[in-house]
Amino acid sequence: MALRNIIGKRIGNGIGLVGRRSLSTATCDVENRNSKSMNLYSAINQALHLALETDPRAFVFGEDVSFGGVFRCTTGLADRFGKARVFNTPLCEQGIVGFGIGLAAMGNRAIAEIQFADYIYPAFDQIVNEAAKFRYRSGNQFNCGGLTIRAPYGAVGHGGHYHSQSPEAFFCHVPGIKVVIPRSPRQAKGLLLSCIRDPNPVVFFEPKWLYRLAVEEVPEHDYMLPLSEAEVIRQGSDITLVGWGAQLTIMEQACIEAEKDGISCELIDLKTLMPWDKETVEASVRKTGRVLISHEAPVTGGFGAEISASIVERCFLRLEAPVARVCGLDTPFPLVFEPFYMPSKNKVLDAIKATVDY
Amino acid sequence: MAFCSKNSRTIINNLKSKLGLSRLMNQGSDGCLNNTNPCRFLPLTTLPQLRNPDSYSHKTGHSFCSQRFQSTTSEQQFASLPNGEHSQELDFPGGKVVFSPEMRFLSESPCVYNNCYRVLDDNGQLIGNSNFVQVSEEIAVKMYSSMATLQILDTIFYEAQRQGRISFYLTTIGEEAINIASAAALTSDDIVFPQYREPGVLLWRGFTLQEFANQCFGNKADYGKGRQMPIHYGSNKHNYFTVSSTIATQIPHAVGAAYSLKMDKKDACAVTFFGDGGTSEGDFHAALNFAAVTESPVIFICRNNGWAISTPTSDQFRSEGIAVRGQAYGVRSIRVDGNDALAMYSAVHAAREMAINEHRPVLIEAITYRVGHHSTSDDSTKYRPADEIEWWRMARDPVTRFRKWIETNGWWGSEAESQLRSSIRNELLQAIQIAERAEKPPVNELFTDVYDNIPSNLRDQEKLLRETINRHPADYPADVPF
Repeated sequence: MALRNIIGKRIGNGIGLVGRRSLSTATCDVENRNSKSMNLYSAINQALHLALETDPRAFVFGEDVSFGGVFRCTTGLADRFGKARVFNTPLCEQGIVGFGIGLAAMGNRAIAEIQFADYIYPAFDQIVNEAAKFRYRSGNQFNCGGLTIRAPYGAVGHGGHYHSQSPEAFFCHVPGIKVVIPRSPRQAKGLLLSCIRDPNPVVFFEPKWLYRLAVEEVPEHDYMLPLSEAEVIRQGSDITLVGWGAQLTIMEQACIEAEKDGISCELIDLKTLMPWDKETVEASVRKTGRVLISHEAPVTGGFGAEISASIVERCFLRLEAPVARVCGLDTPFPLVFEPFYMPSKNKVLDAIKATVDY
Repeated sequence: MAFCSKNSRTIINNLKSKLGLSRLMNQGSDGCLNNTNPCRFLPLTTLPQLRNPDSYSHKTGHSFCSQRFQSTTSEQQFASLPNGEHSQELDFPGGKVVFSPEMRFLSESPCVYNNCYRVLDDNGQLIGNSNFVQVSEEIAVKMYSSMATLQILDTIFYEAQRQGRISFYLTTIGEEAINIASAAALTSDDIVFPQYREPGVLLWRGFTLQEFANQCFGNKADYGKGRQMPIHYGSNKHNYFTVSSTIATQIPHAVGAAYSLKMDKKDACAVTFFGDGGTSEGDFHAALNFAAVTESPVIFICRNNGWAISTPTSDQFRSEGIAVRGQAYGVRSIRVDGNDALAMYSAVHAAREMAINEHRPVLIEAITYRVGHHSTSDDSTKYRPADEIEWWRMARDPVTRFRKWIETNGWWGSEAESQLRSSIRNELLQAIQIAERAEKPPVNELFTDVYDNIPSNLRDQEKLLRETINRHPADYPADVPF
């Protein structure tokens, strides 16, 4: 899938819009009947409309969701489904998630929005100590599987410390919840519907950079994409690249340039980080013998470390080079220095070459 | 009494015994005897009466109760201001605001302390002119039997921990009336979110002594599958959510659950319990605020027992108890003598009706005393005088107090008493034997229920673990089958 075709110019980075080609996916999960060109927030909005339409016990709540949300993901929901099912909450993340757990524990689908992933931490106790353990500690007498927490994450070009964070690694360390990150509008709609309908509490991080800039043909019907299944979105034989969310766009550009130098890159979208699809990644590494992981979150303790350790455990003798990680720096997310902080295309490309030439 | 510092209470106890000042104790027992705060009354007119315009139209300000009046509509105050200020009002997004050229601060403490609702005196006799919800003989006897059963449960399980037969226990001694009376006033459809000192609610609903014992021993009949420490009971068939050690996290859950009940138009409410310590947690504040805004039928019951492990309430908060906080969030609140089973019953009964019929949250602050230690890991004589504990155990025992009331009614006697206590004791000792001898859950239950299905990483880990167990069986407890 030519991800780079689905996005427009990234603010401040000068990556131009390449000519529009029709999209192709390595594994085509979704029939292209009755599709419509739309961006990420519209795709998410569609998913939410479908979720509420198909389940009368589904609710959407969070700060400012009633008028449509600060990113317009919840547009039209309150008008269509009413204020009892789509409503603003007070400004209190621990309350949003705690309330959502209670709602889900009664068998409802509680779709909670955290306005920015940067603000999810007040809810961390409720997510880790309550939601993640709700089923286990009760001996499966109770569960809050109907809970889905959505939050915009990641760099946006000007977000600074508190509008750019990628906190996925914290949640990947918590048995009992799932962590899902879509790379594009079509993926987002199908994955979000799966998350909402999955009988486990899920944290769904949406790459805010792509809300407007990613435009894709998205099927208009109700469809779901499987969780815990990684997708090979570009076939290759020399090196395996693993990523998720917006970073895949950057990685794909690096793959295309690497190809000009005769390096054949296989690119995998992990999609679900917890529980993650080790089998697909392992199969790819057995083919290529090299792996590079890239994420915006700081490198130390990032989820790339988990992938690296697992791959080394499973594929040590097959590896031709150390596992490479091209990630954010170990600093708070800076404003003016964002271009320096980010794992850019050239950083990825340099690492591809270094790994292949090892 | 729960607000009094250790020192003042010791002084009072000494005075009491030396000068026979028991009447003095009774008079002051519903409020704080600590007079360090000078009374600075502020006319309510100085308060900006910010209000949601929506609530203005269809609610008549019942939620804005002054300290002096039972309930007051604020519009009336605007109309006739006692000190003759002209009422210039202006509309702000939150509602009408009355201006005043005089700068007056809201006092940090109210002048008149919140009244504490009680119906039975310390000797279990009905106080004249009391209004309460009548309880039938059958219910009253069941309430008393349950309170006595809870006492026996606590005594024997506490001993079992001391003997090393279970790893942990915490008692509800002194708070039996809160547990049982609140449970009796609810229906079995009401959803309960406990903290951890409310096993009496589960007992009332029919959880058997065997089921309690199974959880404490973590055997294969434990509904929790042996995953949590003792006293972390949970039972979906009794609508009693599983206890977790974390403080106050259950409070917002109750709000979400109550919202669900409202949406389903059920004749039921959510009820959640917590202690005075729990009201300091953010989740308490979050929950009350959410409950008010979402208009959810939830009853918040605070067991203000004076202690959060070793922390007395004077180190916990400086508000005048908990009920005033409810008011601050727009939640109707009441303070009740938690050791008066009849008052608790009446208050919970009334709260339930308000919650369900009016779609509103209600906060009940039940004043009581934690007679036992915090848990088997605590020795409370390290931070409070032993004679204070004894006094509350004997003179202020809620179980004895209620027994006196049912005896006065001719519904109970000493023969029934001894028969009950010995039969419960025998039944419990037997249940403990059975629970102790039973097998633990098999080791595969370590891996189930993390998710609805077992993911591949856990299947891999189980496989590796089994290989390890086979290689080193001596490392593992003999009573966990694999």
